[in-house]
Amino acid sequence: MIAIVDYDAGNTFNVQKAFAHLGVDTVLTADPEVILNSDGVVLPGVGAFKAAMDTLVERKLVDVLKQVAEKNIPLLGICLGMQLLFDSSTEYGLTEGLGLIPGTVEALPADLGLMIPHMGWNQNLVKNHSSIFADVADREYTYFVHSYYAKCDDQYITTTADYGVDVPGIVERDSVYGMQFHPEKSAHVGLNLLRTFVERTKG
Amino acid sequence: MLAKRIIPCLDVDNGRVKKGVNFINLVDVGDPVQISASYEEQGADELVFLDITATTERRDTFKDVVMDISKEVFMPLTVGGGIRTVEDMQHLLQAGADKISLNSAALANPELIREGAQKFGNQCIVVAIDVKTDPVTGRCYAYTHGGRKKTERLAIEWAKEAVSLGAGELLVTSMDKDGTKSGFDIDLYRELGDAVDVPIIASGGAGTLQHFVDVFEQTKVTGALAASIFHFGEMTISDVKSELRKHGISVR
Repeated sequence: MIAIVDYDAGNTFNVQKAFAHLGVDTVLTADPEVILNSDGVVLPGVGAFKAAMDTLVERKLVDVLKQVAEKNIPLLGICLGMQLLFDSSTEYGLTEGLGLIPGTVEALPADLGLMIPHMGWNQNLVKNHSSIFADVADREYTYFVHSYYAKCDDQYITTTADYGVDVPGIVERDSVYGMQFHPEKSAHVGLNLLRTFVERTKG
Repeated sequence: MLAKRIIPCLDVDNGRVKKGVNFINLVDVGDPVQISASYEEQGADELVFLDITATTERRDTFKDVVMDISKEVFMPLTVGGGIRTVEDMQHLLQAGADKISLNSAALANPELIREGAQKFGNQCIVVAIDVKTDPVTGRCYAYTHGGRKKTERLAIEWAKEAVSLGAGELLVTSMDKDGTKSGFDIDLYRELGDAVDVPIIASGGAGTLQHFVDVFEQTKVTGALAASIFHFGEMTISDVKSELRKHGISVR
């Protein structure tokens, strides 16, 4: 069973529908017991970093998610859920994140003459060829919608997309994974990425 | 860099995809879920659904259609037609839509754009503008009701205002070109591209593969929308994309 973390994240239903389409059982929950006994955990998210962290704190989920990572239960953050995996974000003042992957989340540069948000289909270039996602994501387009992006050491970057700067598309550290784009909106490539994550939860 | 988008548009009437000219002489095209799935297969980048149902129970039927599609098709879905309140938007987003398209209601009440953008984010709000040249003055105005009702708003001015209120994207249909298959309205999209800095989707006039090449090569639009040519199999989305690729235009 895969637990989808319930914290009023916004895109939850479409994430659930994508897993259902793959024939994978999910449960939407904020119950620490259920989350810590699942095969895999998905942290969805749309919206603002600080509001999301506030809700996670309020629902006492911050330590639960840290335990998920310590127990090596595969964890997948999607979009804002991916950004929350990092140490902090500068969105609306400095806000502390979950600190599961070293790095920060910052605004996309506004002086490149490119539209903000970065919205649309962009191409993933694989940086870490040993990742479980490498073959599935290689040169494939996925659907991005975001105004902030992760800045972290190269060792955590699996794929990047070119938007004036290298935008990390997939990041990972041990059993913690993040996707800046929306796999649940990225057609067959997105579904294949989610399927790959599900395979990973099976050991 | 971002890929240019090819977007089929589906007019939904009472749970079925229909096609007519200005919403009259409707022909049944088929089941929305099946058609959406086949467009996904062909490589569509997004789908736009417009509710053209005239009956009162419309909202629930359309919401069910959106729900059914979002269980089978995994790409951005824009929905429009008869959305007048933030609650209408909320219901459709909960059903699985990603973006809300506002047209007549936004012209009648521009604050609706701001309210939607504040609640759901600019990226969620698409303002659709039907543009027609006034035969007397030769100027381009925004029209409502499928191009039957002229408003007093100049198209470019309205586009700018919509963006300043929070529209994250514009879906601009040239009523002059719609149904003519004589190509997109290049002048209109050039002018719009200089006036606003949000993504623009061009609609109306697509008849040949070259028309898609032209609109992407000659204007700043990031998406092109069509209905009949895809519905009736005159060309597939894959055909369009291979042609664009041949011209060095980046597509998915």
